[in-house]
Amino acid sequence: MNKKDLGLLALIVVVGFVVYLRNPAFLGPQNLANTANLIGLFGLFAIGQGFVIITGGIELSAGSMIALLGVLFVDLVGAKGVPWPIAFAIVMVLGLALGLAHGLLITKLKMQPFVVTLCGLLIYRGVARGYTADATAGFPFGSEYPGLDFFVARIGGIPVSVYVLAVVAVIAWFTLHRSVFGRYLFAIGKNEEAARFSGIRTDVVVTSAYVICAGLTALAAIFFAMYTRSVQPSSQGNFYELYAIAAAVLGGFSLRGGEGSIVGVILGTILLQELQNLVNLLGIPSSLNFAVMGGVILIGVLVDQQWGVFRARRRIAEAARSSEEFSPKPGE
Amino acid sequence: MLDSRDQEAPARAFLKLSAVRKTYPGVVALAGFDMLVGPGEVIGLVGENGAGKSTLMKILGGVTVPDSGTIEIDGAPYAGLSVGGSMKAGIAFVHQELNLFDNLDVAANVYIGREPRRGGVLNLVDEKQMRADVLPYLKRLGANFAPNTPVAKLSLAQQQMVEIAKALSVNARLVILDEPTSSLPLAETDKLLEVIAGLKAEGIAVIFISHRLHEIERASDRVLVLRDGVLVGELKKAEIDHDRMVKLMIGRDLKVAYAAPKLDKGEVVLAARGIRTAAYPTRDVGLELHAGEILGLAGLVGSGRTELARVLFGVDPLYAGTVTLNGEPVTLRNASDAVARGIFLVPEDRKGEGILLDLPISENISLPDLDAYARSGLVSPALERVQAERSRSELGIKAPTVMTRTGSLSGGNQQKVVLAKWLAMRPKVLIFDEPTRGIDVGAKAEIYRLMRGLADAGVAVLMISSDMEEVIGVSDRIAVMHEGRISGLLGRAEFSEENVLRLAVGKPLAKAG
Ligand SMILES: Nc1ncnc2c1ncn2[C@@H]1O[C@H](COP(=O)(O)OP(=O)(O)OP(=O)(O)O)[C@@H](O)[C@H]1O
Ligand SMILES: [Mg+2]
Repeated sequence: MNKKDLGLLALIVVVGFVVYLRNPAFLGPQNLANTANLIGLFGLFAIGQGFVIITGGIELSAGSMIALLGVLFVDLVGAKGVPWPIAFAIVMVLGLALGLAHGLLITKLKMQPFVVTLCGLLIYRGVARGYTADATAGFPFGSEYPGLDFFVARIGGIPVSVYVLAVVAVIAWFTLHRSVFGRYLFAIGKNEEAARFSGIRTDVVVTSAYVICAGLTALAAIFFAMYTRSVQPSSQGNFYELYAIAAAVLGGFSLRGGEGSIVGVILGTILLQELQNLVNLLGIPSSLNFAVMGGVILIGVLVDQQWGVFRARRRIAEAARSSEEFSPKPGE
Repeated sequence: MLDSRDQEAPARAFLKLSAVRKTYPGVVALAGFDMLVGPGEVIGLVGENGAGKSTLMKILGGVTVPDSGTIEIDGAPYAGLSVGGSMKAGIAFVHQELNLFDNLDVAANVYIGREPRRGGVLNLVDEKQMRADVLPYLKRLGANFAPNTPVAKLSLAQQQMVEIAKALSVNARLVILDEPTSSLPLAETDKLLEVIAGLKAEGIAVIFISHRLHEIERASDRVLVLRDGVLVGELKKAEIDHDRMVKLMIGRDLKVAYAAPKLDKGEVVLAARGIRTAAYPTRDVGLELHAGEILGLAGLVGSGRTELARVLFGVDPLYAGTVTLNGEPVTLRNASDAVARGIFLVPEDRKGEGILLDLPISENISLPDLDAYARSGLVSPALERVQAERSRSELGIKAPTVMTRTGSLSGGNQQKVVLAKWLAMRPKVLIFDEPTRGIDVGAKAEIYRLMRGLADAGVAVLMISSDMEEVIGVSDRIAVMHEGRISGLLGRAEFSEENVLRLAVGKPLAKAG
């Protein structure tokens, strides 16, 4: 954890404490478990987004992917009667394939990540809605899927999604911060050309980042589908990519690439979910939800950047005043 | 034109280039080049800006592939190399422009692309091993920073050392140094020449590119001279001398004539008193700059020269002290304050601060003064081009047209574009931070002439330079900085390499005997 992460953690604690004072239900077991579940779900694909942002790219289609893959999963299991492990595999493979397609379009055909994934955002949403003719995909009434309950189960009072996030986060942390692949992600994000000149196969590395991102998003899509039970293709996952990007930015990622950490993006996700929760618990009209989030992100990033600048300035100015000596004026 | 048959064949040459040719749109960068490299020889490679030196090295480094010709390594012919192939063949390459990752630490940069691994599914980097491995190379270079220092914290010269450490660490048979000393001053340069000698002793071949011909003279076993992509001459050890190289490079004799000032220096134009910069917040630095003079500012890297220049140009905050211009105190809050008052800075970091690589030459030159090129609010490309053409012929910028993307020019020609940009604006005070870094002899002479011309027209010139020959040759007075303070001022009569060096390391001047 660096200073930035500690700052974010402090903010999370302070905000949580204030909310708790106003409404003690905040720390009630039900609310905590619920929020934790959401953190688990959002954290999964926010980590994926982090991998892409480190390379200097962006993945805008995450929300639409969550809708499309969610619709597909529910439809396969609920309507088509496909056994859920097989549906799970199909959805995961499809997700990875979409990521591969994004990566190849970006690295081989030299398209810009923003453009590729923006088109993805539009296409997947459209396909999801077309697939069900805008109808909600759901499980037949009264049907039971014992295995699937795993996704929404709690173990020791803690939602499964939190355990999954924890495992993914640990693996992601080692991958990003300790592995050769992670090192290359940072290098490429800083200077792709120099990375190529260092003998790094930048195409492969960048493509892998998109594949990882899409894989985690597909996993999240299944969790979301099971969480909502039924998937409304026009609204499922709306704006979720922005939650992920926001979490990364709050967590210290640079959209120019080359900077960021797993701890940061998870803390960012926690803060965002806490804010959502705050809006609910403090009786703020939920229409203001986005305004609160946007405001906090803006202030958070601003303070973070300005604080460093301010401190450096002050330190130097103090040193300058503390007049160690006066050297003679240069003369002739 | 010479070919490999005429070259003094080194014993057991392991690398052979024949008829290597490379063109870029509108330029023949290399027109059929031949070369042999044997173990343990130091080859100096010289030529004017744009002669094709870097192109040749990029081909050897596997960064670009030639249009035609062959590269033979240990008898096996290749049409072109890849970066990996070049590394495997034992060719290590220090790029002319620094290419470090400033979000990683020193060891990570040295071993990028080939980090020691601990294995496992995740393929973890063995950080400990890597840091231990890099230490001996840093020691060998006399580097004073640790393997886990973030590169962002290093000075330009230290970053240069990281690049060289990287080349050393690949167990190279051939190390290519493309202008490694252009940002290394004084003491560090000596150290580098020692390193080259050390490599040679171990049987490693070195190709050494530099515009500082004295260094070429000291280091090389033989010298190859390139002109317009053609090998125009080879000098054997005994034949290597400054004037011969220059003659081959530019096709005629050239005496770098250091012109004396025409006038006595005039009034004080710019006076800085008690300035404290971020680098040395507890030290006062001040100087006076007269109209019509060239004041050389010498000193070691990190002595605070660049910081002073940046404060005078308004881009760094002034923590204490005053700046007066023509006797009036001025406040410089940002660069545009300085530019409005006629104070200009030609910065040290060309790529980062000097030019926009993606713009054409003409747009780079017009950028700081766009109003002057605008007709009723719209920028006129025609006017830009007229000025750019004028600058191009004045400074001898070598480019197919003034619409050429600045990033495709050779290093030295990029530097000329930076100069052109300010010269087009009639400055009152002009600060040069390493003005001839990476510039060839012919162009250097041209820039010195331009500087002198400006001074004679009444401009006050402050020239920060680490090139000893240049400081002594060009300046009217020399101010030497040491650890954030002016440690001494030298008048022409006191100019000597020894005096500058003594002041630069903080020793008093030797009493004149
Ligand atoms: N990527 C490129 N695109 C277009 N032209 C290029 C490119 N790289 C080099 N050139 C051109 O090829 C010629 C040779 O350039 P090169 O960089 O090899 O010169 P150099 O001898 O290293 O010069 P310097 O001493 O200034 O570094 C120049 O005219 C340059 O403009
Ligand atoms: Mg070059």
